[in-house]
Amino acid sequence: MSRILELSASELVSKIRTQEITAEEYVNKCYERIKEVEDRIHAFITLTENIALEKAQEIDSRIRKNEKVGSLSGVAVAIKDNICINDVRTTCASKMLENFISPYNATVIERLKSQDAILIGKTNMDEFAMGTSTEHSQFGPTHNPLDLDRVPGGSSGGSAASVAALETTISLGSDTGGSVRCPASFCGIVGMKPTYGLISRYGLIAYANSLEQISPIARNVADLVLLTECIAGQDNKDSTSIDSGTQNLKNCLVDDVSGVKIGVPEELFGIGTDEVVSKAVWEAISKLEGLGATFSKIKLESLEYALASYYIIAMSEASSNLARYDGLRYGLRLDDENYDWSTAYSRNRDVGFGAEVKRRIMLGTFALSAGYYNEYYLKAQRVRTLIKQELSKAFKDFDLIIGPTMPILPFRLGEKLLDPLEMYMCDVDTVIANLAGIPAISVPCSSSQGLPIGVQMMAPALREDVLIKVAFSLEQHLKPDLELKV
Amino acid sequence: MVETTELKVKIGLEVHCQLTNLKSKLFCSCSSDYRQSPPNTHVCPVCMGTPGSLPVLNRKAVEDAILIALALNMQISNKTIFYRKNYFYPDMPKNFQISQYDRAGGIPIAKNGSKKLDGEKIVHISRLQIEEDPGKISYEGTIETSKSAFVDYNRAGIALVEIVTDPDINSPKEARIFLQKIRSIMEHLGVSSGELEGSMRCDANISIQGGTRVEVKNISSFKEVERALNFEITRQKSLLRTGHRIGQETRHWDEARRVTISLRVKEEEEDYRYFPEADLVPLTISEEEIERQKNSMPELPEGHMQRLMTQYDISRQNAMTLIDNKALAEFFEESADNYSHPDLLGNWIVGDLLSYLYEMDIELKDAKLMPRDLVKMLELIDDGTISGKIGKELLKEMLITGKSPDEIINQKEMRRISDREYLNQLTEEIFSSHPQAVKDAIKDPKAVRFLVGQLMKKTSGKADPQLANSIVNEKLKTSKT
Repeated sequence: MSRILELSASELVSKIRTQEITAEEYVNKCYERIKEVEDRIHAFITLTENIALEKAQEIDSRIRKNEKVGSLSGVAVAIKDNICINDVRTTCASKMLENFISPYNATVIERLKSQDAILIGKTNMDEFAMGTSTEHSQFGPTHNPLDLDRVPGGSSGGSAASVAALETTISLGSDTGGSVRCPASFCGIVGMKPTYGLISRYGLIAYANSLEQISPIARNVADLVLLTECIAGQDNKDSTSIDSGTQNLKNCLVDDVSGVKIGVPEELFGIGTDEVVSKAVWEAISKLEGLGATFSKIKLESLEYALASYYIIAMSEASSNLARYDGLRYGLRLDDENYDWSTAYSRNRDVGFGAEVKRRIMLGTFALSAGYYNEYYLKAQRVRTLIKQELSKAFKDFDLIIGPTMPILPFRLGEKLLDPLEMYMCDVDTVIANLAGIPAISVPCSSSQGLPIGVQMMAPALREDVLIKVAFSLEQHLKPDLELKV
Repeated sequence: MVETTELKVKIGLEVHCQLTNLKSKLFCSCSSDYRQSPPNTHVCPVCMGTPGSLPVLNRKAVEDAILIALALNMQISNKTIFYRKNYFYPDMPKNFQISQYDRAGGIPIAKNGSKKLDGEKIVHISRLQIEEDPGKISYEGTIETSKSAFVDYNRAGIALVEIVTDPDINSPKEARIFLQKIRSIMEHLGVSSGELEGSMRCDANISIQGGTRVEVKNISSFKEVERALNFEITRQKSLLRTGHRIGQETRHWDEARRVTISLRVKEEEEDYRYFPEADLVPLTISEEEIERQKNSMPELPEGHMQRLMTQYDISRQNAMTLIDNKALAEFFEESADNYSHPDLLGNWIVGDLLSYLYEMDIELKDAKLMPRDLVKMLELIDDGTISGKIGKELLKEMLITGKSPDEIINQKEMRRISDREYLNQLTEEIFSSHPQAVKDAIKDPKAVRFLVGQLMKKTSGKADPQLANSIVNEKLKTSKT
């Protein structure tokens, strides 16, 4: 394995700009690595080698001519396979979209390209981002690079595993209820779900559109900032996108947490939280206290209902967002001669969707149905409002809220596959930030028997700067003992 | 047996008007001028519902809707939310339609308006909402026999307003008049051109005293609405008369066969699973914006009618008919400004021109008639070049060919014959071939009419009638002696 692959994104940019290494050489090393480990990791669904090499050569040539290059010049970015790249297959890890070639670029892709990032490939995920383990991919599961028998988390498992396994330097995932923070935590790296609206969703294939955000994944906080700053900002193609305001995340990369006020809700350490996880998170809190931060235990009672609220809203939205996959314009199309359209739709959807997707579509359809709407969807929205209110009240006293990212350690492949509810329970701590639309980050803080433990921090909307500052400090002072198994 | 003749009919309409003045579709930048384009060429990732695409509201549609709401005396909501109406149907690229909703926390852009019909009749309008048009499905033959359906998404995403009335309408004719009024308002506001094919459509809810509500979909114009409703009312009445019950159902108006066909009965009614569209932010409309639109409000049909009456001194009835079709009213005004007898002109337009257009089943814009040619034609009648009767023929010819009246008159030799010598000669011939009629006419002045008629016939009606009359009478006098 080449040392180049271990370089941070900012180191790479400077080495490529000064022609110490070429982008082409580095990209070739990435693909060598991918070819070396993919049969064990399976982080990618599609490799975009031609596009990547062509872009690398173009960057090298521009650098040789002393032309200006972008902030991510030459850095390989893996893209979750629910983000559209023009002329590239975008499958959502579903049979439904197995042959869907996107006719356009997502806004984040345009921005990455304009900053000369290199699109290395499309990563594996739970089908339509519905899952916590990347086992629900119709192309087979991804394995955790720190323990090949265990899941990498999900749904952005491929994006996290590829970064952890040094197949790429940084990646994009999407986070609807923890789908970036969970795999970042399980793979021992950094993932952040930004404030809702900070990053354009144009070109992100929707699962639950009021909850999700395209989210950056990196091996360190500085790389995460570099990637975030490249893709964030208002976009005319997404009405819900917002101006990032005056945040300057790069300036937050200083090891100083003095005066930071931390709230620790006991609800984040509820039943089902592994003791080793609790212990590791409390150690991280103590570390921050030692560095000058203060903390208080608090109670946020509405959080008890977060998971139920999340799943009802997410499934309801999913039932509508995924309606377009009927085989007529999009999706798998079986032979439909002699079938009326309604039967043809049913057949296509029956074969095209996997079991978990069908489960969520059916539950979501139920929750929106006449006679159940008030009981389920509307009630879930009310809980969501309560959670938002309770959190914003808490943020009057605290700069951030800390708890575990995942209540448990990475589990074994197949361990929870037959019990959907147990799988859903894993999202109990992450869904809160999606419901509230606030930013949340997961940073590795410890390990247990070689398995990583992540600490999660949440801040008020558009206060990513606070998250970055504290995450950067934790990164300087906590170095979990982790070892790649590939 | 139920006595059905006196049963009261209640009709509520859901009128869909495309906002044809908008340059682009409701949620994307595709041009809204789709009618001449080959199928599925007027589309983009947004209006095709391509995975990952997002809608962005065309704010101009909101400005249009505010104007419409003001014209219909409605209350405009300061904050409204778009909803998704979920249903599987091939004309919906996303299998949901972005619309507005008045239940479950939804707020349409405007509520509680009314429109007065001619006379005292008032139709209450319960809501106005903005939504996207679906694509268009066509069939080979009929909906029932076609082997496949063809979908064209060029229309998908075109901005629509839906105007929903209370069940205040009591006859098919009232429904037609209401639609005409709506069309006229849209045209006066400049937001929708009713002349464009399919730009104004409606669904109707009909119930007959003693029956339940039946919805008839797919009514494509106000000409069709009267036919569809008449059919449906007759159908329901004959069911009631024969002792059947009318159940709640949705029916489809088959324009070609002029019948309604059952689409689904109550048990199969769709549950649209409305819920808020999170891809669009709530729409806020400020008092300033409403005020701005109020100030830019163009002349409305009522005002237009009053102006026609005072400015041109035409009858109320004519003015009312003219403003029902803004293009016709404008045609009138342009002609009247160049003609000395606007009242006569009004009669010609409202009478002959309108009935020809109706007969030919075309819109004024499709007819090849220029105001200056109509004026010229009237002047030819005034100066005696042609008779009024020939004028009617001439007008028809002008509509079809688009030629000037002079050109047609010369070509078809329509000019009035006032050549005394020529008419004398023809009268000579008539007298010798109808000796008995001449004898009769000498005795009975009433029988003169036959001989004059013969003369008119020989000249294909072009003989100056007064001259023809005097020539025949003179000739009779000389025959007596």
